[in-house]
Amino acid sequence: MLQQKRWRFAILAILPTLAIFAWVRMYPIVETLRLSLHEWNILSKNKPFIGLANFRELFHDQLFLNALTNTSIIAFGVVILTVPTAMVIAGLIHHRTHSRFSGFYETSVFIPHVVSLVPAAMAWKWIFDAKLGPLNALLEFFGIPAQAWLFDPVLSVICIIVLCSWQALGYAVLIYLVGFKNLPVSLFEAAKLDGASGVQRFWHVSVPMLKPITLYVSVVTLISGFNVYAQAFVLASDSQGAPGRQVRVLVLDMLENSFRNYRVGYAASEAVVLLSIVLVLTLIQFGLLREKGRK
Amino acid sequence: MKTRGKLIDFAIDVFLFCFSILMILPLVFLVSNAFKTPQEMLAWPPRLIPSDPTLENFRSVLTDTPLPLWIFNSVAFSTLSMVAIVMTSAIAGYVLAKFPFRSLNIIFILILATAIVPFEVYMIPLYFQAQALGVLNSLWGLLLGYLVMSFGIFLVRQNVMHSIPDELLEAARIDGAGEFWIFWKIVLPLLRGALGALAVLAFFQAWTSFAWPMIVTTTRDSYTIEVGLALFQTGFTVDLGRLSAASAAVLVPSITLFVILRRNFVQGVASTGMKE
Repeated sequence: MLQQKRWRFAILAILPTLAIFAWVRMYPIVETLRLSLHEWNILSKNKPFIGLANFRELFHDQLFLNALTNTSIIAFGVVILTVPTAMVIAGLIHHRTHSRFSGFYETSVFIPHVVSLVPAAMAWKWIFDAKLGPLNALLEFFGIPAQAWLFDPVLSVICIIVLCSWQALGYAVLIYLVGFKNLPVSLFEAAKLDGASGVQRFWHVSVPMLKPITLYVSVVTLISGFNVYAQAFVLASDSQGAPGRQVRVLVLDMLENSFRNYRVGYAASEAVVLLSIVLVLTLIQFGLLREKGRK
Repeated sequence: MKTRGKLIDFAIDVFLFCFSILMILPLVFLVSNAFKTPQEMLAWPPRLIPSDPTLENFRSVLTDTPLPLWIFNSVAFSTLSMVAIVMTSAIAGYVLAKFPFRSLNIIFILILATAIVPFEVYMIPLYFQAQALGVLNSLWGLLLGYLVMSFGIFLVRQNVMHSIPDELLEAARIDGAGEFWIFWKIVLPLLRGALGALAVLAFFQAWTSFAWPMIVTTTRDSYTIEVGLALFQTGFTVDLGRLSAASAAVLVPSITLFVILRRNFVQGVASTGMKE
């Protein structure tokens, strides 16, 4: 009787949230999966089922393959640049926890992570600007010819990686700081007694101990790298000024297929590819963590 | 040995100090550029403090764009999203933590499973739902994508499990308190810290959202600040002075807000990393 009353309260209390959840999360996710198997031109009423035809077409679609390559390069580039840097910076900040500037370090490293994307990207647009930008001026100062950073297909990818890393770093440092704080102090003291230097302690004690954190940070950074959109939109306009066209990324390609070419089913199949990438990354993470737990 | 250690610490401090300055330098220059004349923008090396500060950039941005309206849209959208997320997460997180029924476990697994799916994956069907409701180009359309947050539910659930003992709730029940009264008068006050962190997180999440506002809003008056700025820049690719002015007008208040709420924010973000 009492149990039943509590059950009734629990269901009534969670029902509104659950309803919203089903409506704005679960339904559209299922709908994405369903649409990816259909051909749906926004203008036509019927949506014939076409099986995997969308996916087969995707892998011959030069624009999509181009977007997939760019996005992967950006995502991995950001991880390679961010994760080691974050580990070292967090290690140093942790070492100087008692310094009176440690709050300043943490805050300024974290600020790029919280400022809105577009204004922050504007700052970098200026830095990379071919005519006005300080980067080219600096290069010329050292006798290196100026580059058209944002108009060259290779250089503009690098610019996006730099911008994304600048933003991702603060989050990674923060997570590492939590990790460093949770490391057992006794281990470091033992290493110190054995005569290990600071660098040795970092390399032989901290790095292996922080492996789960490294794994977590890498996967989170990779996943957000695969969802890159705003950065490419702002930085990489092509010569006609069409935003984001210079460096095609997955989300942009998806939105174009859906809202410019009116091929919603096809765009949904791209979304499914993106989802599969994210799922595989997450599964790898869980797998590696579990393996570690068993040892 | 001691002095050598001190020397190394000093070197680390110098390095970290320079690194921190480098991290915020792009933003500092952005604000400074906002006050520069076109001639001064070309100066090398770039000056931190403009020699001839002008408000011309701000004036022309304000006459050419509805910047205050965009800021209002962003603030309203972020605030509403924050309220919705805090409310739904608080009640759902509490129920999922303290009511051990099998049906609720299934619900929790469903919620966790959707947390893995990035927003970009399902935003196109969600767009058509917004269209069917007739809420495109409105605050409600924006809000539709940001009503709930899986992580928020998870955060509250963890907090309830760790900080609210079952005995406390049982004692209240024995005293004849109703379930709703318990939630309102006992649980919510105890969750103040966690909900504060979640509120800040939710606000900034909506404030910095880009892809969803980009597809939902197509009229100039309904843009959020992010979309407005991004589309404004395509029109004036070279006019970095005006772009900087518009960006600075947005950045300065949001950074100030962040520095004030830093503790809450860091707590919220740090707890995302500790779920493993």
